[in-house]
Amino acid sequence: MNNELLNEVTFFVLAIFIGIEVISKVPTILHTPLMSGTNAIHGIILVGAIVIAAGASTPVNIAIGLVAVILATTNVVGGFVVTDRMLEMFKGRQAPKAAESKTTAK
Amino acid sequence: MNLAIALAYLVAAVLFILGLKQLSSPKSARNGNFTAAAGMVIALLATLPLLHFTSTGATIIVIGVVIGALVGTIGARMVKMTAIPQMVALFNGVGGGAAALVAVAELLRFGEHPSFSLAFPSVFSIVIGSVSFAGSMVAFAKLQELMTGTPITYPGQQLVNGLLAAAIVGFVIAVLAIASVPFSFIALMLLALVLGVAFVLPIGGADMPVVISLLNAFTGLAVAASGFTLNNFALIVAGTLVGASGSLLTKMMSDAMGRSLVSVLFGAFGKVQAGAAAVAGQEGRSVRSASAEDLGTLLAYSQRVIIVPGYGLAVAQAQHAVRELAEVLEKRGVEVSYAIHPVAGRMPGHMNVLLAEANVPYEQLKEMDEINDEFKNADVVLIVGANDVVNPAARTSPGSPIFGMPILNADQAKNIVFMKRSMRPGFAGIDNELMFDPKTMMFFGDAKESLTKLVSAVKAA
Repeated sequence: MNNELLNEVTFFVLAIFIGIEVISKVPTILHTPLMSGTNAIHGIILVGAIVIAAGASTPVNIAIGLVAVILATTNVVGGFVVTDRMLEMFKGRQAPKAAESKTTAK
Repeated sequence: MNLAIALAYLVAAVLFILGLKQLSSPKSARNGNFTAAAGMVIALLATLPLLHFTSTGATIIVIGVVIGALVGTIGARMVKMTAIPQMVALFNGVGGGAAALVAVAELLRFGEHPSFSLAFPSVFSIVIGSVSFAGSMVAFAKLQELMTGTPITYPGQQLVNGLLAAAIVGFVIAVLAIASVPFSFIALMLLALVLGVAFVLPIGGADMPVVISLLNAFTGLAVAASGFTLNNFALIVAGTLVGASGSLLTKMMSDAMGRSLVSVLFGAFGKVQAGAAAVAGQEGRSVRSASAEDLGTLLAYSQRVIIVPGYGLAVAQAQHAVRELAEVLEKRGVEVSYAIHPVAGRMPGHMNVLLAEANVPYEQLKEMDEINDEFKNADVVLIVGANDVVNPAARTSPGSPIFGMPILNADQAKNIVFMKRSMRPGFAGIDNELMFDPKTMMFFGDAKESLTKLVSAVKAA
């Protein structure tokens, strides 16, 4: 096992624990928005789709690259927008102050 | 990997983790979504300098992003609140498809003898991504009612699915061991697509949110596997986060329905349904139906009213009408609260979202555990378009497919008003004894119109 693979496996294992830990206290009403939010996050496959599409030259690769980019972008954009639509319904009853803290979160 | 890019990926990963954390609390959930989106933008921008674009490559990326962004935005903006679960299924499916395609492209690039550490994650991503894609499309079709929402079963189904899975494992070994078989991974992809369809067909519509959550976790893992293929840290971390949190979330969702994950996936929910139960149930038994005036009087002179909203309320877009009724009642000094079953509607949290939209005060929304002991003190329980979540069969008849699911104790109230469009069984496809209860009055019609009638009846009373 080379060093790079070893690093990757380390990240993989640590990310499993973080993924479980970080959502372990979610209330029932947020199950669906959380599912939708994580759904948007796996749209990161767009990074992969761009990587394979960037150097595409054969017709097969071009076709695969194009379809992969379309699907992945739909996943990212649709995922975040639909999650936001679900969550904006909750805004009525929370302090408006919460709204500005996100812009400072980098 | 370039240091700056590695650091940008690290920032993105941290933002994903913070985003998930915020998403799990109602106060910060909406910000959590923005935080995760910011992480996504950073990861995407950081990737670009690393690449050598051909002009064709750059063109298809721009075209693809534009099309995808349009489809995603329009789809997510236009969809009705009631159709959101299937929209999530759709967005999840396309992500799985993209992960599988990325792995296919990499395998093509590796040629005939890729090393095991590259070939294995690619093949894994193709299989899991394809299963997620096909399964999500079936889930979408079921929820969108393009096909029947009831389970599709046939004798020997488990065996067929088992054989499919075994064939896939065989193919995986073949592709890995004898990698010189050209394009064998195409066959593998087709088999996995068939398995995805076959896997979701026997699962009923009521269980779909759990299945979508599971497929969501699958897609996360497929993305992580593609990350191993591409040696991309951002894909590995983000994909794994989703795979792990999605798996836990799937378990929590099935727990909220009082069902084990195994029975959701392999139990063919609602199999023992409609046919026998519905016929036997309705034959020779009558239900009591009431007029708006009767019910208006009953409600106006009650002290405590509990409203149980369900999917019918969402379909009729009756959330504003129900709030209006509650306000009219409160003006007369009636104490009103809403009993929210964890899986009322077609996704957990559906009712909270709808009622919040109609500005129903948050304090009036009571979760099941909180309110279940209060039904016996309620003068009237008003069931608006809900069915399975108040079906006493979940407590009393061990043969019922919903047996063991925690339900709202609506049957303990002094009067039960059932607002429904028809006598049709609920989404689980089973009859509801509660409709035949002597304390029950049926009020048929579209939920919104019926509620409006009740508002005027209460005002007149």
